[in-house]
Amino acid sequence: MKAMASESVQKKEETILKGIPASPGIAIGPVILFQKQAPIIEERSILEEDIDREVARLEQAVARSQKELGKILEFAQKKLGDDKVKIFEAQLMILEDSVLFGAIYSRICTELKNAEYVVEDEIGKYYRLMAASKDEYTRERAHDVEDARNRILRNLQEQKLISRLEGFSVIVSSYLTAADAMILSRNDVLGYATDIGGITSHTALLSRALKIPAVVGLRNVSHVAHDADRVILDGYSGTVILNPSEQSIKRYETKRDRYHEFEARLAGLRELPAETLDGRRVELSVNVEFEQELDFIKIQGADGIGLYRSEYLLVGKEVFPSEEEQYQQYRLLAETMYPKRVIIRTFDIGGDKVMLDPVKENNPFLGWRGIRVMLDKPDLFIEQLRAILRASTRKNVAIMFPMVSSIKEVRRAKKLLEEAKHQLRKENVSFDPRIKIGVMVEVPSAAVTAEDLAEEVSFLSIGTNDLIQYLLAVDRGNDIVSDLYQEFHPAVVRFLRRIIERGKRKDVWVGMCGEMAGDPLATILLLGLGLDEFSVVPNVLPEIKKIIRSVKYADARKVANKVLTMQTEDEIKDYLKGVMKKKSPDIPIG
Amino acid sequence: MKGPGSMVQREITIKNRAGLHTRPAASLVKLAAKYKADFFIDKDGFEINGKSIIGVMTLAAEQGAKLVLRFSGEDEQEACNAVVELFERGFDEQ
Repeated sequence: MKAMASESVQKKEETILKGIPASPGIAIGPVILFQKQAPIIEERSILEEDIDREVARLEQAVARSQKELGKILEFAQKKLGDDKVKIFEAQLMILEDSVLFGAIYSRICTELKNAEYVVEDEIGKYYRLMAASKDEYTRERAHDVEDARNRILRNLQEQKLISRLEGFSVIVSSYLTAADAMILSRNDVLGYATDIGGITSHTALLSRALKIPAVVGLRNVSHVAHDADRVILDGYSGTVILNPSEQSIKRYETKRDRYHEFEARLAGLRELPAETLDGRRVELSVNVEFEQELDFIKIQGADGIGLYRSEYLLVGKEVFPSEEEQYQQYRLLAETMYPKRVIIRTFDIGGDKVMLDPVKENNPFLGWRGIRVMLDKPDLFIEQLRAILRASTRKNVAIMFPMVSSIKEVRRAKKLLEEAKHQLRKENVSFDPRIKIGVMVEVPSAAVTAEDLAEEVSFLSIGTNDLIQYLLAVDRGNDIVSDLYQEFHPAVVRFLRRIIERGKRKDVWVGMCGEMAGDPLATILLLGLGLDEFSVVPNVLPEIKKIIRSVKYADARKVANKVLTMQTEDEIKDYLKGVMKKKSPDIPIG
Repeated sequence: MKGPGSMVQREITIKNRAGLHTRPAASLVKLAAKYKADFFIDKDGFEINGKSIIGVMTLAAEQGAKLVLRFSGEDEQEACNAVVELFERGFDEQ
């Protein structure tokens, strides 16, 4: 019986690993394990008469190492241009470091030890210091030092560099150096998966340049994967699936096609700034909920994350996420986006939604929500602020408070932030001491007092969804009145102008992270009102960027001024549709 | 010739955003190599040879870090001026 026969074949089980998405793309293929042999070094004493021979041996090994690296560099230059070659500079300079080799030669002569031992020991001193550094960048560079050392040691032992592989494959390794990633790419590499490495690692940098999908920081992929295992590597979300089921393969093939389509839409726009024809540059960021959305491709064309909804960390959880758990998530965001900015909004939760204290409110929209909850739970709030601060060491993280309705709340939140900073300082934990804070303007009272709030913070971000509901007294979830929810209601437009103007008067930037920011019909109007930042869902990013790039700021201002004189939403929408037809005829508006 | 034991010492604070990352470290070492004077950098009591790239990388000196630069040798003053200027310029970071 056929079915029986196939069942008797030992089928390996599907294993899902999560890592850090380092280079976008989806790879499906067989594994090739790239084993990094750590050279085995023995300490030997040498005779005085052997000194010359030992020194000559080392000189030869260094020369060969330089030649080897020179070849890789040349290949990189040809393939990627001068810019990316800088990655190899550090290692090349280490091989030319006369102070370092002076010390090594002199130790061989005075201690009468073999070259391998002295090289390992002398370079190892630096390596260990760097690997133990608090500074992440320095820890990454420790790999350069290690790679330089291993290269010399391998050449001392006169072993060849193995870099030729057969067939299309996903390379799995504990770690890949820049040189590895480069030289392996001469083969038919579908993707890279490594145990260690961060988003700033050379593997990540080079994979992106080489357009090879990569996932790093998988912890143990090189232990659990075997040669010829089938694997799916998702460089968008950082997922690696070993021995995937047929369904998984189908799913990822679909995903791959979907992304190709998105990429085609974004093509040519990704590297271009969100800038008007007459040179007004605005920031175009994305709203992010789940880390799975952190796929590079969508975010690549963005200037940053304008809104990370941290409360999504609570979804499906029985207990509140610990500081550590939060920290890991925020850090992943900050690392993925670096050097672009990530604005983390503190938990925007309502008493009805979470496991805090189940409260029954008659009117939850006007109830215990957002910062009100967190101010009532200072312990939880400080825990979150600590996690955010800890993730801010690379200085690309900002904090945003939701549902602010009075300046008092901002001041209290700032006080708790100071308390969190104080605690971390005492514990000798590093963070960005000048971390920027901002508030969401989504309650009419915050909008009316925007200029006061602006004195307390560095930015304002308008949350249109709630602001419109509160301003127009319409619950858009209520079918009976939902048609009264009008994004282009004259009151909304005039209110927006007021917030933007008042904020700017106090020299803070004003952004928008509500749905309206991603509505193509609103783009020119918002530009003209002077909005500095648009934070949108990733899907609409290409369209919004296209519109911004298709108009003059001067014209957008005229459009905004005209709209400000109008009295009904219909009038405003008709007018804006007419403008869009002229300026961006290829953008579909609904 | 200056006598042995003479030394020029300067305290500086790192201004550029990247700190002594690979590129600035490389410029620093390359510049120092042009002078005969010995050049040492002290950060929080940890001293390295400023003419050694691997040493400078090990410092992990970031923006705001305070360093003591020591030069000794016949062109110590010139070396000092040139190196301090490089720090002042923020390594021409963009």
